[in-house]
Amino acid sequence: MAAVDDLQFEEFGNVTTTPAENPDATTINIEGPDESPMHQPGPPRGSGGEEDDELLGNEDSDKTELLAGQKKSSPFWTFEYYQTFFDVDTYQVFDRIKGSLLPIPGKNFVRLYIRSNPDLYGPFWICATLVFAIAISGNLSNFLIHLGERTYHYVPEFRKVSIAATIIYAYAWLVPLALWGFLVWRNSKVMNIVSYSFLEIVCVYGYSLFVYIPTAVLWIIPQKAVRWILVMIALGISGSVLAMTFWPAVREDNRRVALATIVAIVLLHTLLSVGCLFSFMCFGVCLSWTWHLLQESSGRADGMAPPSGICKVSH
Amino acid sequence: MAKAVESSGELGTTSPRPLMRDLKAVGKKFMHVLYPRKSNTLLRDWDLWGPLILCVTLALMLQRSSVDSEQDGGPQFAEVFVIIWFGAVTITVNSKLLGGNISFFQSLCVLGYCILPLTVAMLVCRLVLLAEQGPINFMVRLFVVIVMFAWSIVASTAFLADSQPPNRKALAIYPVFLFYFVISWMILTFTPQ
Repeated sequence: MAAVDDLQFEEFGNVTTTPAENPDATTINIEGPDESPMHQPGPPRGSGGEEDDELLGNEDSDKTELLAGQKKSSPFWTFEYYQTFFDVDTYQVFDRIKGSLLPIPGKNFVRLYIRSNPDLYGPFWICATLVFAIAISGNLSNFLIHLGERTYHYVPEFRKVSIAATIIYAYAWLVPLALWGFLVWRNSKVMNIVSYSFLEIVCVYGYSLFVYIPTAVLWIIPQKAVRWILVMIALGISGSVLAMTFWPAVREDNRRVALATIVAIVLLHTLLSVGCLFSFMCFGVCLSWTWHLLQESSGRADGMAPPSGICKVSH
Repeated sequence: MAKAVESSGELGTTSPRPLMRDLKAVGKKFMHVLYPRKSNTLLRDWDLWGPLILCVTLALMLQRSSVDSEQDGGPQFAEVFVIIWFGAVTITVNSKLLGGNISFFQSLCVLGYCILPLTVAMLVCRLVLLAEQGPINFMVRLFVVIVMFAWSIVASTAFLADSQPPNRKALAIYPVFLFYFVISWMILTFTPQ
């Protein structure tokens, strides 16, 4: 009877149902015209191994999406809770990195690659690699610029690492926090179809920073024009990944608010990349100059005048 | 793990000095690192004395000689120490979060012992730096550091790879690579004042 079928149809907790049987009930958070095939109504599939794995994997995430929109089943003080954030395989991490390097218009990074399995592995280690890449290549480029000068004494510039680490990790965590708060606030006013969890936003930001790693390595080339071109390309790629990810989340809103949000996201990203580039080129000199300013103002006259010309880069 | 230097055994007899036994265990693990092959000696009888000795040696050799150099110089003793231990702890937590079935101290033990090739590289670099500076000097140091870096990676992979789930091995090994790369960089860029 139809009534009994309806009852059975809705018992998610007890009966194991495949997504093919209840296609419409599973999609709450993210909708779109290009849904993956398993969510469309059709005959139940007894297909090959890969699709079965995908079905099973998404079945779990679909079930938990219904519960709270989140995947956490353990309390937050247990180790297992944090293990759910590292539940990725090698090929998945590579796929996500590839997705951040090749932004395809119309394809949403979150929907395509993350699929309600956000991980913290990528953001954390991409930021760590970026910190060391910037510090090391900054050191190398300084060395190459002054190569051949008799009076230059090479210093490893260890302080760069801690300052770079602070800036990059702060960006990778605080900006997603602010953006998530903003989106939640707008969501309460205007009903958006697409909404992202905090971890998904952290994930997008983390993976979008990957393109800066080869950029930082290539910054060793001491030509100013080359460096600016590299920054533009990197900014273009990662900025478009971010813009294409967040446009579906704000387009239901007031036109001006939506545009302002996207512009703010891209602007902050620009600030980070240009700031990194400038600090990279002028760091050692600016730091020592600031240090001496502080010393002189505190009364200890060391007799060191600030160097003439802040940035010394060959053109 | 640590035993008293002298202990009285049963019935009033003094047992042979356990300090020698501990030192022999540490030396045996050094040999395992220098000739890495798949064995779980390092994992089975882990200890942290070897990593401590190596870390202190490396930090002592890497610290800059003047305390307040006017330009930003190399790391201080405490900085090297913190980097090594903080890095090892981070890698261990990472591999456990990825689902590895290795215990916390076993992983610290392996990572610490596999710094041995890089400590040897540091010793060689300091000796080479006594000679005249120049591009050849730098090339020799670069070659030594690269070889020892590869040795460290191979040794730690031989011990750690089996404890990871098979589809996440690369994810667990990459932080180890980054860790030893940073240490190698510190060794390579060391310049005496």
